[in-house]
Amino acid sequence: MNSHASAINDAMELTAAEPLLQLLQEGLPIVERPYAQLAEQLGWSEQQVLDTMAWLADSDIVRRMGIIVKHRTLGFKANAMVVWDVPDDQVDAVAELMAAEPAVTLCYQRPRRLPEWRYNLFCMIHGYERDAVLARLSELTDKLGLNDISHQPLFSTRCFKQCGGRYLDKAPTGGVKDV
Amino acid sequence: MTLTDQERQLLNSYQRGLPVDARPYAVMAESCGMTEQQVIERLQSWQDSGVVSRIGAVVNHQKVGSSTLAALAVPEQDIDRVAEQVSAFAEVNHNYQREHVYNLWFVLAAPTKARVDAVLEQIKTETGLPLLNLPMLKSHHLDLGFAL
Repeated sequence: MNSHASAINDAMELTAAEPLLQLLQEGLPIVERPYAQLAEQLGWSEQQVLDTMAWLADSDIVRRMGIIVKHRTLGFKANAMVVWDVPDDQVDAVAELMAAEPAVTLCYQRPRRLPEWRYNLFCMIHGYERDAVLARLSELTDKLGLNDISHQPLFSTRCFKQCGGRYLDKAPTGGVKDV
Repeated sequence: MTLTDQERQLLNSYQRGLPVDARPYAVMAESCGMTEQQVIERLQSWQDSGVVSRIGAVVNHQKVGSSTLAALAVPEQDIDRVAEQVSAFAEVNHNYQREHVYNLWFVLAAPTKARVDAVLEQIKTETGLPLLNLPMLKSHHLDLGFAL
C-alpha cells in the first residue's frame, strides 16, 4: 500500500475507533469483562472492541494505554519542569541527549515568546523530594555538559487539576463554537 | 502509601499496555501472583482514593485533536480564584502552580486548534492577566509512566 492510501486507511480506522477511544478517556470499567461492558455501551461485539483495542495499541494515536497513576498521590511530590534556553542550532541535539536520560520523563521543544519567555526546551524531572530532583538535575547538567546553557527548574507547589484530556469531545461546554 | 511487592509489580507492569483479552484483570493477576478478584479490588480502591486516575488511554495529541501548554502570571493573592477559573474549563486537564512569575501552568486539549485558541482567548479576557501560549513543536520522549 502506498503512503497516501495508508494514510486514508488510518483515518478511516481512527473514525471507526473514535467512540471506543472516547470511552477509554473516561476509563476502562473495573469488572471481570470490561470490554464486554464497553461493547454493550457501543452496540458492538466484544470481539470488535478487542480488535479495535489491538489496533489502537499498535497505532500512534495513543501514547500509552494502561493504569494512569497520579504521581503526587504516590509520593512523587517533587516535580520540576526544567526550562532551557538552548541556541536554536543545538536544540535538537541537546533534546535527544536529554530524552535518553532516565531521570527525564518528558522532553519537548516549545516556542520562545520574547521578551517575556526565552526558554525553548522543556523537560520534566520527578522525584520523592525537592533535593533529590535538584541533585538529579545537577548530575544531568554536568554529565551532558549543559552548564553554560541557561535554565531554571520550575517546581510545582500545588496541583489544581489532573485528568484525562478530552480530545474527542464533540460538544464543547463553553460558549464558543468550533469553526 | 506502602505497596506490597505484588501491587508494585502490578503498577509497574501495566502503565504501558493493557492485556487485549476478554478478561484483562485475570491476565494482570496471573503475571503478578494475585487473583483476578484481588486485582479488581485493588484497582477499584486505588481509583476511589485517587492513587489511580483511571485505567485508559493517553491520546497522542500530535495525531488526534489539538493541545497546548499555557501559563498565566497571577498575583499571589489571587492564585486560588484564578486557578479555579481556569480549572472550570472542561478543556483544561492539568493545572499546576509553579515557582515562577508565570506561576499558573495548565494544559489545554480540544478536538480542534480553533477551540483551544478560543478557550485561551476566553481565559485571557476573563482574567485580564499576561498569558503565554506554548504549544509543543517537537516531542523527544515517550511517555513511560512512573517506575515505582
